[in-house]
Amino acid sequence: MNGLSTPHLLGIRDLTREDIELIFSQADHFKQVINQPIKRVPSLRDITIANLFFENSTRTRLSFELAEKRLSADVINFSASTSSVKKGETLVDTVNNILAMKVDMTVMRHASPGAASFLASRVNSVIVNAGDGTHEHPTQALLDAYSIREQLGSIRGKKVAIVGDIRHSRVALSNIWCLKKLGAEVVLCGPTTLIPKHIESLGVRVSHDLRETLAWCDVANMLRIQLERQEVEVPYFPGLREYSSLFGLDRRLLESLSRKIVIMHPGPINRGVEISSDVADHSQSIILQQVENGVAVRMAVIYLLAQGIKRT
Amino acid sequence: MQPLLLMDSRHMSLVIDRLCHQLIENHDRFGQSAIIGLQPRGIYLAQRLVSHLGALLPDTAIRHGILDITFFRDDFRRTSKPLLARDTQINFSVEGLNIILVDDVLYTGRSIRAGMEALLEFGRPNSVELMVFIDRRFSRQLPIEPNYTGQSVDSYNNQKVRVLWKEQDGADKVVLLTGEGAA
Repeated sequence: MNGLSTPHLLGIRDLTREDIELIFSQADHFKQVINQPIKRVPSLRDITIANLFFENSTRTRLSFELAEKRLSADVINFSASTSSVKKGETLVDTVNNILAMKVDMTVMRHASPGAASFLASRVNSVIVNAGDGTHEHPTQALLDAYSIREQLGSIRGKKVAIVGDIRHSRVALSNIWCLKKLGAEVVLCGPTTLIPKHIESLGVRVSHDLRETLAWCDVANMLRIQLERQEVEVPYFPGLREYSSLFGLDRRLLESLSRKIVIMHPGPINRGVEISSDVADHSQSIILQQVENGVAVRMAVIYLLAQGIKRT
Repeated sequence: MQPLLLMDSRHMSLVIDRLCHQLIENHDRFGQSAIIGLQPRGIYLAQRLVSHLGALLPDTAIRHGILDITFFRDDFRRTSKPLLARDTQINFSVEGLNIILVDDVLYTGRSIRAGMEALLEFGRPNSVELMVFIDRRFSRQLPIEPNYTGQSVDSYNNQKVRVLWKEQDGADKVVLLTGEGAA
């Protein structure tokens, strides 16, 4: 068996189905590692990884950091709010300065779509995209698909609904690429204004009826309304209350369905908006399993990419 | 060059029988002992041992597992092929147990070093012994020696010893490969 077909993880779009399955097979082993008495392996003890977060993050940054530490890598963290970026330094200069400290791999989150790809073409480091604007969030899609595989046994032929703010969601786009590559059927559900035009060209269907969508699907991935990316004069929908009544999932709706579906959420949750508290904590919700799987999947991604780093 | 046959099926059965009796001599009814086969090819010998010991010691449950060493190897980023993990199945604590690590061929000793490190992730055993089916003598790169040996083989570094198992390879035999076959 070969390694990944790409030296970086910039987006799911660049991965083959075989790449994704390889990541999953290795993540299975790492999940076993993180449930052992000693949750660490020594593989990356001569690798240094920089986590560059130009956008706020809690879960993803901690998950990456833990994954790196579980692999025995040396880790340095950087957040834009405390950096020289505020003093006018360019992205490439910032990263090159960090790489001069003998860093082998860079995990980056940035507000600009394409930032990871831009960096990969200009600096000498393995790049892992931890979210670039509204473009992609590949490790989230991988851990989502991995969690579905874990719950349902496989992805092929499964019906997955992605509900909510599709327009501003990098999670949605990466999930669409990932699920389609693995043979799932995907329906996007949300208000017309929050679903990009022509999104059907990616091989997905669009619905504006949550009940109908939930009745159809095996898995519902409930996305957050990204208010921070909606700073426009005319709002995308009248208000959170109306959004919640039309596209929010509560216990009554969930339990009125004729069969049990799996509930997912990439976090952070806005309880009472896209999902009610009792659904978030429901036995059909796998939100916390997603978080655990995130560490294993990120360990697999980093482990596989690190094999391509030349020894100096 | 044609592979040189070092052991046939009958010879292998005799050796497995002898190894099982040696284990019984030292571990009695395996009350505080466990057999752990190293991935990828030590697992077949381990399975044969467990099965044969089951016949020799009826009504005795022998703890056994399989252990992958991939994440503990010392050649990460030093080989052209990626190092990909295989299954580990150890469904018991190794704490305080007498562990018998089992592999098919002992050559440089590096796999066994990685195996011991991987094993310690599961607890602190009372003791660790090493059983190998083939010991390629005079080729060690680390100070590691087996406690139980099926057969010792003297070979050149450009040769390779392959232990073939019926369940995986279609036949039980041990062969010495030279030239292209050893690559």
